Order: sequence, then C-alpha cells, then structure tokens
Amino acid sequence: MAEATATVTAATTTDAAPAPAPARRRRRRGILVPLWLGYVFLYLPIVIVVVMSFNDSRNLFVWNGFSLRWYPELFRDGAMMQGLANTLVVASGATLIATVLGTLLAYGIHHYTRGGLIRAFAIAPAILPDLLLGIGLLTFFSLLSVTLGLHSVILAHAVFATAFVTAIVLARMANLDPSLEEASRDLGMGPARTFLRITLPQLAPGIVAGALLAFTLSLDEFVIAFFTTAPTQPTLPIVIYSMVRFGVTPEVNALATLLLLVSIVAVISAQRLTRLTGPER
Amino acid sequence: MTAEPLLRVDGVRAVYGDTVALHDVSLDIAHNEFFALLGPSGCGKTTLLRSIAGFETPAAGRITVDGIDLLSLPAHRRPVNMMFQSYALFPHLSVERNIGYGLEAEGLGRAEIRTRVGEVMEVVRLGHLAKRRPAQLSGGQRQRVALARAIVKRPKLLLLDEPLSALDRQVRASMQLELKRLQHEVGLTFVVVTHDQEEAMSMADRIAVLNEGRLEQLASPQELYADPGSRFVAAFIGTANLLDGEATADGVAVPGLGEVRAGHALAAGSPATAVIRPEDVVAGDDVSGGLRGTVVDTYFLGGASTISIDVPGLPAPVLASVHGATRLVRGAEVGVAFGRATAVPRDPSEPPSFGTTVPTTAIPVDEVQDVSA
Repeated sequence: MAEATATVTAATTTDAAPAPAPARRRRRRGILVPLWLGYVFLYLPIVIVVVMSFNDSRNLFVWNGFSLRWYPELFRDGAMMQGLANTLVVASGATLIATVLGTLLAYGIHHYTRGGLIRAFAIAPAILPDLLLGIGLLTFFSLLSVTLGLHSVILAHAVFATAFVTAIVLARMANLDPSLEEASRDLGMGPARTFLRITLPQLAPGIVAGALLAFTLSLDEFVIAFFTTAPTQPTLPIVIYSMVRFGVTPEVNALATLLLLVSIVAVISAQRLTRLTGPER
Repeated sequence: MTAEPLLRVDGVRAVYGDTVALHDVSLDIAHNEFFALLGPSGCGKTTLLRSIAGFETPAAGRITVDGIDLLSLPAHRRPVNMMFQSYALFPHLSVERNIGYGLEAEGLGRAEIRTRVGEVMEVVRLGHLAKRRPAQLSGGQRQRVALARAIVKRPKLLLLDEPLSALDRQVRASMQLELKRLQHEVGLTFVVVTHDQEEAMSMADRIAVLNEGRLEQLASPQELYADPGSRFVAAFIGTANLLDGEATADGVAVPGLGEVRAGHALAAGSPATAVIRPEDVVAGDDVSGGLRGTVVDTYFLGGASTISIDVPGLPAPVLASVHGATRLVRGAEVGVAFGRATAVPRDPSEPPSFGTTVPTTAIPVDEVQDVSA
C-alpha cells in the first residue's frame, strides 16, 4: 500500500483508483459486522458441542479439563452403535434409490416436459414440511398394510432425497450445451448410447453432488424416520432423542462431532464436484 | 442441374405454434456442391438445416438424399453429418476420441478407427493435438476438431451451421479458405448456413437466399449480385443504391428523379426498385446529363474508393465506387450518372423509400471494400 501511495503523488487523474481504497475497505469491514454476528449465532452452539465433546466432566455444562474418554465410550454403547448401523443402512438405501430415480426424473423432465407444474411436483417433497410427509407416509404404509422397519424408512427418505437429487441434476442439465446430445445422435449413436456415453458423464458431478446431499440429509433426519420406523429399529437421531429424555451423557457431544465431520466432508465434496465442471463454457 | 441431385428438398413446411418457419421450400443440391443457405436470423435457414439433420420434424414436404427418404429415419440413422455452431465437442473426451466417436457408433474395429482418425487429423492438421481435451484448444482448433469429427464419417452431405461465427475476424478469413480447400480435397457436398453474405459469396457455388421462411432466390453468387430477383436480395447481397418507384417499359420511374433506365422490364405500373451497384455509378465534375450532387465523404480502401454523394431529392446519399484513389474531395459539386441498373419487383406493402442506400443496416467501410473488389 505504501508503495502505491508514493506513486500516486506523481500520477494525477489516471491512477485515482488506489487512493480511496483504504476508506472503502474500512467501510466494507463495518458492513460485515452484522454478518459475523449472524455467523456467531449460527455456529456458536455447534462450536460448544464440539468443545464439550472433549470435556472430562460427566456434567454437560461444566468444563472439567480435556479428555478423549467419550469417544471410546461412545463406541462401547450398544444402543448407540445399533442406531448408527440402522442409520447407515437407511441413508445408503435411500441415497441409492434417490440417485437413480432423481437422475432419470431430471432427464425426463428436461427433455420431455416444458417445465412448470411437473417440475414443481418433482421438487416439492424437498420443501414440504417433514411432519406432513411423515404422517402422510405412515398413513400410506398402514393403508397398504406394509410392515414398518428400516425398509419403510428407506422408502420414506427416498421421497424427499429424490427431490433434492432431481433439483441438483436439473440445474446441472440446464447448463449443458443441448447440442452435445444432438451431436452424439448426429454421429450415429442412438438415444440409449447417447445417454450412457455423453449425458451421464456430463451429469456425473451433479449426480454425485445430489447423492452426497441425499446421504447427509438422510443421516440426521428425525421426524419422518420417527413416523415410519418400527420401535425396535430406531435410527440414530431417534436413539439420541430417547437418550436426551433420560438425561444426556457427553457421548452425544462426541457423536454429534463425528457426524458434523462426516457432513462437512460430504457437503464440501458435493460443492467441489458441482463447481468442478460448472463454469467450463 | 442435369444429373440427379444429391439432396432434394421438396415443399418443406415447418411450423412452430402460430408461426410458420418455412413456407413450402423446395430446392436441389448437386453432388460435390458447396451450397449456402443465406438469410437474416429468423429466416428459417437453421430450421431447414436441422430438418435435414433430423432435429426438427417438418409439418409437410419431403427431403431425400440419393433417393433415400430422410424424414422416415431418426437422426442417428441419416447419412448426413452436421457441424454445430457451438461445435458441440464432447468435453470429457480427447480430440482423438471426439473424432473417433462417430466411427465407434458404426461399430468399426479399433485399428480401423485409429487409421481413419489419423488420416483425418492429418487433413485438418491436428495430429499434434490428439491427446488434448477440447477445453485446451483455441477456437480455430476446436472448429477443426468439429469438422474432422463430421468428415471422418464420410457423409453424403455435410451440414455446417454458422461454421465461422464463433471465430474472430482474422481466423475466420483463413478458415474460409481452409473450408474450401477441404471441400475439394475430401470431395464432399457442403451445405453451409450463414447470415453473413460475404461468407456465402466467397465460399459457395450456389446460394439460396431465404427471407421469412420463403426462398427468395437460388443462384450463383455472381448471378445474385448482378441479377437480384427481388428488392430483398438486392439489399441483402453486397452494397446497392435502391431507388423505389414504379416499373415502366424501359426501367423504373422514380418519384422526384424521373425514369431510371433498367434491365428486366416488369409489368408497367407495378411497384419496382431500380438497383444500381456503386461501381455502376459514375461521378465527377465532367459527368453531365445526369444528376447533380455534393460529395459528403470519400473512403479510401486501398484498391478502391467509395464516394458518398448527397443528391437533392434523395434522402440517402448515393454511393459510387471507383478503382484506386479518387480526386474528389468533400464538398465538391459533381455530376452523377447511373450506368447499368436492374429493375426488381418491390413488395407494395413496403413503403417506398427513394434512394435508399443498402444494406438497411450501415455497412462498415471494410465490408464495402470486399464487395467492390
């Protein structure tokens, strides 16, 4: 900066830009204060959970020195581990279904509809209240006399996860040059081979991003799982919820920290992948 | 066209909702011809090209190549290939695999694909870029990959959608020559869609001028320039002085100017326009018997000069073109005489505009040069 101001004294009109920079920067900083306050509000509770997971004390709210003891303890907790296993099964199953259906749905909507209502219906489950989906699906399952269990949670989670995958793949599709598929057909590849060799590779970043998002959303979904699972097969959020009611152990903090880690990794990789081939053209 | 044509477009009509994109267009394209579909945007030229390729379905009409009915075949079974305006190179495949893609579709063996891709890369001079991805290529290189990918299939007909529009001006000039060279070398029939009359004129053997979904005129570049069939063609091709009026036995009666003698007499009394190319306008102190005007400006273009002359009674200046430099200066009083003029029919719904200088949009000085050269 000092260098710049030194040269500015010599230059007159053309180098006007560097001079007002410090003032503008100060003003910018002021503008950012509310933003940072907002971030503190959003992330402080999470930070506290992470910090407290390393708390030696059994009391959740009193700091008693650093310890890693809750992590091994967590892994010895049978109910918790069963919940985690259930959740992983559900998240994997739902992600698989949602990724396949969402991709096909997005392809179909993009190619064969002019959008509007059909598009809205495909994406609506992503924003419908969970409560509504939960009650609706429970009613639907009992109407068809479907037994409840992990399979019913998988189907239920696939409903909203499909909507997310569809939305992301559609967005990716809108950015593709439509003449890529035409070129493939022009060169002699039929619709199916064109889809596999051109469309799918081009959509891959969007599909993977959608899958990662679906997985993380299913991982900590509570309301819908609560309605649609059997009492004997609770998913992790339900296990935690019932534990909280009988008094929380700091294990929960350790678990929350681990889940946070998984989510962050997934979300960041999803973003990376969507950006990867995004601004190519 | 004495021999059987390669492509026959017969009464093709295309409709989008309420708008008719093509009004029963018919034309024939011969073997080994370099053919251009020329017109302003929205004239239907791209619709026609995409109908031939199989991406649009005409409401009526027939399109045949070598007697094969194209409209009954899906796009991927048609013996024609297209070079897309955006080039549509597959971003995830190397240059080599982009070019070989169409051969893989035919189910050819690896060795044969490699040989043919190698040959074609030599033709378009891309051999050293085989392993690159499209994103790593310049605009001109991408264009050549797109071209190679289409010609490696040895199509009966190569369709090119605005092949040069994505290139900057200098590359464009050399690619024009390159396309011509390739067309001779590989012996293919080219159909180029373009809105650039200069491009069409310099490359094509024959040009179909389209306007608002109708075929205005189909002729060689020379013929289009010398004998435009309509006011639109005269205005669109090259530069012209257009004098609107009514046809007489010997030419066109232009209000406020008198009769301009012109070839191709039309039915007397019908709306007509006299078309006079700038090189057919003579201007100078010693010119008499014609009109008088004042030189507004002169443009020296190297091989030729264009003189813009304000003639009282005409709202737009008359353009005259002479070889080399001109001695006339701005403000000089000169006589103006018209040499060869052609009378063309005028759409009476078009308001007569006396002495319009064309094209309707201002032509940059550097384009004037090419036309008069």
